[in-house]
Amino acid sequence: MNFKRLWAIFRARNHEFFRDRAAFGWNFVFPFLIVGGFILMFGGDARNQYKVGIFPVKSETFSVAAVDIPARFKETRYLQFIGFESEQEALKKLNHHKIDFLVKAGSPKNEYWVSETSPKGYIVEQLFTKSLVPAHLEPQAKRRKIMGFEIRYVDWLFPGILAMNMMFSALYGVGYTVVRYRKNGVLKRLKATPLSAVEYLSAQMLSRIFLLMFTTVIVWTGCDLVFSFRTVGSYFNIFVIFFLGSLSLTSLGLIIASRGTSEEFSSGILNFISWPMMFLSEVWFSLEGAPAWIKTVSQVFPLTHMLTATRKVMNDGASLTDVSYELSAMMIMTAVCLVIGASLFSWTR
Amino acid sequence: MLEVVNLVKSYGAVEAVKDVSFEVDKGTCFGLLGPNGAGKTTTIEVIENVISPTSGTVLYKGEPRSASFNEEVGIQFQETALLAFMTVRETLKTFQSLYEESNNLAELIEMCHLAEFQDQYNDRISGGQKQRFLLALALINQPDLLFLDEPSTGLDPQARRNLWEIVEKIKADGKTIILTTHYMEEAEYLCDEVAIMDSGRIIARGAPDELIRKHGGEKSVSLPRGVLNGKMDKLPFQSRGSQERVELLTGDVNACLQSLIHENIDLSDLTVNVQNLESVFLNLTGRQLRE
Repeated sequence: MNFKRLWAIFRARNHEFFRDRAAFGWNFVFPFLIVGGFILMFGGDARNQYKVGIFPVKSETFSVAAVDIPARFKETRYLQFIGFESEQEALKKLNHHKIDFLVKAGSPKNEYWVSETSPKGYIVEQLFTKSLVPAHLEPQAKRRKIMGFEIRYVDWLFPGILAMNMMFSALYGVGYTVVRYRKNGVLKRLKATPLSAVEYLSAQMLSRIFLLMFTTVIVWTGCDLVFSFRTVGSYFNIFVIFFLGSLSLTSLGLIIASRGTSEEFSSGILNFISWPMMFLSEVWFSLEGAPAWIKTVSQVFPLTHMLTATRKVMNDGASLTDVSYELSAMMIMTAVCLVIGASLFSWTR
Repeated sequence: MLEVVNLVKSYGAVEAVKDVSFEVDKGTCFGLLGPNGAGKTTTIEVIENVISPTSGTVLYKGEPRSASFNEEVGIQFQETALLAFMTVRETLKTFQSLYEESNNLAELIEMCHLAEFQDQYNDRISGGQKQRFLLALALINQPDLLFLDEPSTGLDPQARRNLWEIVEKIKADGKTIILTTHYMEEAEYLCDEVAIMDSGRIIARGAPDELIRKHGGEKSVSLPRGVLNGKMDKLPFQSRGSQERVELLTGDVNACLQSLIHENIDLSDLTVNVQNLESVFLNLTGRQLRE
């Protein structure tokens, strides 16, 4: 291993990243947009999860307060009421799942419609029928408060968005770029120099990790200033987790980078890996209650371990010892991917 | 300096290089000529260690190529892209860092005339500038052996002449050069020895003068058909030609001219076709279109 050569390629790759203004900017803007978008959609009082149609009403001047439907139903949180002038128009929307539930205003029998196959419709139906029972006749139940800090949805989501951004950047930044370099002959030109494959691949990896950590620190700081995340654990621990996560994800990218000259094919393979990883690593939703085999499959992905460890540190204040299983998994995955990537690597077509 | 012995390179059932052998002496410029698809680039890339041979041996300085081979050779590929978003100067510096020993950057920039565009990005320079830049990259490590694969393809005549001048300087420094080219004029101008390849084999080899003598065919004198009307029978030469011109084949141009003057033939539109490497090339590889 010659560090002068490694450093030269490391610097060249960094130049490319920082000078490609469009891609560089997007790496920072994308996570802000996603987090901001989710806060707009799900933050505060605007978190309406269920859509309830009401007819017959004048849709332009519609106000739910003035409509004759059960009072307790009107006051239920997270319901969005939409007015329709005719039954026919409203039923069409229900049939197409544009709304989850439909109720007839001023109906003495409290007539309603719901799709048999709609899970959301079923939930609203339960709320509707419950709202018909007077409050004093309801069975007794005692509400208890959650002790300690409440974890906001955005606090849970943010590490996922950041990790997802890192995953795409690691896989495409190494896998796609090296395939492009092989296709256009850059790798062939480098092969004609004393640069070894290990030096070249190490430089690619280290450059990508440096860039990932750089962008992640800036995005984290920026998002924190705007959205005020609550981090219980140590930032150093999160940094270590992100570093190992980047290492394991870029190593995975090296396997894709090791062969081939077709950018379209590589893109397909990258999608094949990144999409299941995104959905099964709890970026968007928890796998709690999912079938055991799905949970087992999710353990194959480095993103799962990076995200689990980060959330444990961020939300529960876990130490590095507490997340040693996740750290070990990422280290093992890095070693395996590096060996496979380096042994398969080809400079030319 | 370099010895290639019984080199074979196959791609599946296709044999691109068939039992090729030759030697290149230190300090010479060796030209590998041939029509498109003759196997020149494959041969040169096997020697460069970019692709591995199916069989055969390549000896550099009398021994199989070792790890230091890449330190001692410079390569200009026929087609290549370079690191994106890097200036010419930065790319040279990057490549300089890949070698243990390297040329002085300022001298290299001056020799290859890169100064005026050294701060431009790699992909923002003209064809002629790119070829000079690629040549500079090939020279960055002060190579003992330099490979130039069709270095002047696509260049205008001025840019080509300019490139030749640079290669002449490199030759004057005692470097060994292996060159592939389509341009016979280029080979004749730069090469001390050439090998002509066709269908994966070397079909002729030697110094350009020697090949011209051996395979150049007869010299000829060409005239408009009109000036020879009724006089062809009096001339003791074999002829060939088109509707407009007649080519008189002769071993002695002086004798031919004297005969023409003797017959009072108008010589104002006369052309003497001398033997050159192009006639050798066409005589050996045929005049039919290959691609």
